[in-house]
Amino acid sequence: MKILFWKKTPSKNQQQLKEAYFTASQGQLIRSRFKKNRTAKIAAWVLTLMILSGFFADFLSPYSPNIAGRDKQYENGPPQFPIFWDENGFSARPFLYTTERYRSIETNFRWVLTDNRDKRRYLELWVDDWEYSYIDVSWDLPGKWFDVDIKMLTSTKHLFGMNEGGIHLFGTDKTGKDIYSRTLHAIYTSLAVGTLGVLIAFVLALVIGGISGYFGGWIDSVLQMFTDAIRTVPPIPLFMAFAAFMPDTWSSETRFFFIASILGLVGWPTLARRIRTHLLTERSQEYVLAAELCGAKPSHVIRRHLLPSFTSYIIVDLMITFPYVVRSETALSFIGLGLTDPVNSLGALMRNVSKADVLLNYQWYFIPVIFFIAFVLAFVFVGDGLRDAADPYSQTKK
Amino acid sequence: MTLLTVENLTLEFDTDEGRITAVNNISFEVNSGEVLGIVGESGSGKSVTAKSVMQLNPSNCIYSENTKILLEVEGKSIDVLALKGGKELQTVRGGSVSMIFQEPMASFAPAITIGHQMVEQLLVHKNISKADAIKISIEMLDKVGISDAEKRFKQYAFELSGGMRQRAMIAMALSTNPKLLIADEPTTALDVTIQAQVLDLMKDLVAEYNMGIIFITHDLGVIAQTADRVAVMYLGELVEQGTVRQVLKNPSHPYTRGLINALPKLDDLDAPLTPIPGDIPSPLERPRGCVFHTRCTLVEPRCSESIPKMAPHGEGHTAACFVTAEKVGVL
Amino acid sequence: MNNKPIISCRNLSVHFPIGGGLFERKQFVRAVNNVNLSIPKGSFFGLVGESGSGKTTLGRAFLRAVPITQGEIHYSDGEKNYDLVDLPKKELKEYRKRAQLIFQDPYAALSPRMTVRDIIAEPLEVMNLTSSREETDEKVREIAHKCRLNLEHLRRFPHAFSGGQRQRISIARSLVSSPRFVVADESVAALDVSIQADVLNLLKSLQNELGSTYLFISHDLSVVAHICDMVAVMYLGQLIEVAPTRQLFAAPRHPYTKALLLSIPNLDPDYQNNAKKLEGEIPSPTNPPSGCKFHTRCPHVVEHCRAVEPILEHPELEHDVACHRWQELINVDTISVASTT
Repeated sequence: MKILFWKKTPSKNQQQLKEAYFTASQGQLIRSRFKKNRTAKIAAWVLTLMILSGFFADFLSPYSPNIAGRDKQYENGPPQFPIFWDENGFSARPFLYTTERYRSIETNFRWVLTDNRDKRRYLELWVDDWEYSYIDVSWDLPGKWFDVDIKMLTSTKHLFGMNEGGIHLFGTDKTGKDIYSRTLHAIYTSLAVGTLGVLIAFVLALVIGGISGYFGGWIDSVLQMFTDAIRTVPPIPLFMAFAAFMPDTWSSETRFFFIASILGLVGWPTLARRIRTHLLTERSQEYVLAAELCGAKPSHVIRRHLLPSFTSYIIVDLMITFPYVVRSETALSFIGLGLTDPVNSLGALMRNVSKADVLLNYQWYFIPVIFFIAFVLAFVFVGDGLRDAADPYSQTKK
Repeated sequence: MTLLTVENLTLEFDTDEGRITAVNNISFEVNSGEVLGIVGESGSGKSVTAKSVMQLNPSNCIYSENTKILLEVEGKSIDVLALKGGKELQTVRGGSVSMIFQEPMASFAPAITIGHQMVEQLLVHKNISKADAIKISIEMLDKVGISDAEKRFKQYAFELSGGMRQRAMIAMALSTNPKLLIADEPTTALDVTIQAQVLDLMKDLVAEYNMGIIFITHDLGVIAQTADRVAVMYLGELVEQGTVRQVLKNPSHPYTRGLINALPKLDDLDAPLTPIPGDIPSPLERPRGCVFHTRCTLVEPRCSESIPKMAPHGEGHTAACFVTAEKVGVL
Repeated sequence: MNNKPIISCRNLSVHFPIGGGLFERKQFVRAVNNVNLSIPKGSFFGLVGESGSGKTTLGRAFLRAVPITQGEIHYSDGEKNYDLVDLPKKELKEYRKRAQLIFQDPYAALSPRMTVRDIIAEPLEVMNLTSSREETDEKVREIAHKCRLNLEHLRRFPHAFSGGQRQRISIARSLVSSPRFVVADESVAALDVSIQADVLNLLKSLQNELGSTYLFISHDLSVVAHICDMVAVMYLGQLIEVAPTRQLFAAPRHPYTKALLLSIPNLDPDYQNNAKKLEGEIPSPTNPPSGCKFHTRCPHVVEHCRAVEPILEHPELEHDVACHRWQELINVDTISVASTT
């Protein structure tokens, strides 16, 4: 048997491996099946990397993604990548050329950037730069009571920076904001919106789908009718209506909450239906009947039988729902109805791409698109991998 | 006349858990007008063997090089394993060889009428007009004992009871006049009174069409009443072969003896039920040497070292056991 | 069997509604129809029938696992008496400590997420039969040992076991609370033949050891013939014959029982069975025939059979049968299948 657990080395003998297989709980089996799926494993690594870079976005960005961090000297600048070697010799420290700009007659007196190949600027690691906080909650919600302002874990350390001038790995946009920093922060925003949306959808789906599935009968019929009614509402006109309704005076945090709530409220029916199906299936299992015939109370049945089986399915369902919410938010922001500039959102970044000028001249604006695709695909592959791994009954029947 | 010759069939499956040997070096023949019963429990490889005849096994199955499956069709000998692709296999699947399964609901598409499916099958295999195909199908339905055949022709699978569905499946399988019929546990899911009817029907049809039937089951009683010859399989090996009388009255392999002793018999209610000790090993842990030695009451040291060859115990009666080969005639 | 019955039912009917939404009229599946049955204490009682006979439903009705449409069920094991049909919840819980079910499918009956030890211990914990973990463990080990499961098996999960082993775990779970009355619902049907004998022997030895009463439901007459003391035959929700095993197999009285015995394929290839096989299909339980339910397939049917339903009317008799003509047909269609010792 080639099932390996991370604590056991491959040199253990056959008998111990078999015993390990026999005493492996469902959770462990799922984990080992997941690990055998190479696509899912790679996707899981990519996903972890992106989530971490989203959380540590401030640390990893040399510049603030907002107006405060813009580089007036380097507007619409192409990506700069540090090099180690050029015709002037090798340097252990990666460096960039100093850019100078001048108004060129060839381009009708617009700014043109050139590299001064003799003046080098060096990359430094672990620099002190602009201040940020890991927990920086300052929500300006409608009404004085809801305003929150907490600042904790402040730091000024960043992973890298230049000793003078700027470094823009993905280039800059037309106001000079660093696209790299914006992308990282946008990933964080998408994660935040996605999590909040999924959470709202999940709570609603759990309550409604749970009651529906557990009790069955007429309660189930009524709740299902309700769920289906919600599902028939076409999402795009609904979004447009809500988006148009959002007053401009709202702060970006309020808009953020609002968008996430709408996504949750639109997304719960599908999740509810899945939860109900899982519950109905589990309820009719023979081992549940066996417990009931012993006189088990509903709480025991739910705790001991329904919840454990249900948890693995729900994790899979949540993983699969997440990219849909992120995609919806991105789509909304892309058409201008969601989080718009200056908020850092993948959709807002992609919005800037849709001009002919950009397509012809500033192709580096597309880099966030690649990140978005990778982000969604990673979630989808991990979700698929988990779903395949969590299907326990196919392997064990004779 | 020999319809089917299977020689040295060895089948392995490539799975996540490694290479599993499903069938190990079995050989048998089926003649026309004869019912060959293949008896075995779970893991014996009987279904997989039957499916090999029509190349119905999944793609991760690997045949050994010496495996030969030869089918006699219209005077020519076809090597089934050499056939590739849908067109070539059409002669074999549903044409000269037909198969019926345990679960009749699985054979019929639920959203199409039975008649439609039967006609479709006929038109694929025979060059006749649709009207003729309908006529033949209704005749077949009648022949298998379905009353009101014309009405049933237009019905869906779920409208028929279990016994009738099984008969309809037999009708569909036989409508193309196959030379060989493979029946994989056809009566296991049926009630015992219905099973008796279906078995009688099959025996009548064999006599009428002079077909060969491979009858796969785990029920020795059914084999005794239906089959002419029987092959006993255990964990992918053929352990005993012979006529039904020889094998059931003079079982020469410890597994066959164990099976017969474990069966409750109605004519001796006082006899104890003697199970075969132990459990069927998982296919991942095939015992070395004789595959039955872990549960055998006659086991000797040589049984775990080498695989016994088929030894003769009578005319056409062979059993693969070292110990019984030496005590021929002694039970 | 001179014992008082441990459980008996009178005029018991279980009808399941099907269909009937907002616009359809409800139909009923008459799974169990007007059954009178007494199971003697300490017996190994067999209940046979084909599909649609209602045997599973009857077994479950005895355990109050299905809603009861009509009738009475009485349970009396010498210590407690219960009137099962209108039993209040609290007493029902008490009853459940004394009556248990062994399931048919060893794969579906065990939760794949619990260890064997937890599966077997669950009834003890739910019923509060033990006061400490050590006591629970002790009882689990005891019953596991009786069912020939080793200690190391207790730590494993169900996916590690074969069908026969799983059925033994299932039996251990059902018997850990030492119930007085056990319903074994097709407990060996899903097992290989070589394992069946093993599990059957186990059930018999456990009965001897624990002194419980078993209701053994099966469609396999040969199995029932070997281990049951008494047998009841059901057809389409009706009880049609009840007798001690030897008698039933040596001299069956109901035409259906005779037909059933004739249909069993005999292991002797030379055995000639020239009696006519039973024709026709089992009628649908939603629309059962009038009068005697078996009349549509009975080779000896007369007008009276179509009109009036025969019932098992002599429960005090050892061998009771529900057929108008059984006495005339006493020597017809019989084959001697059992030695009458």
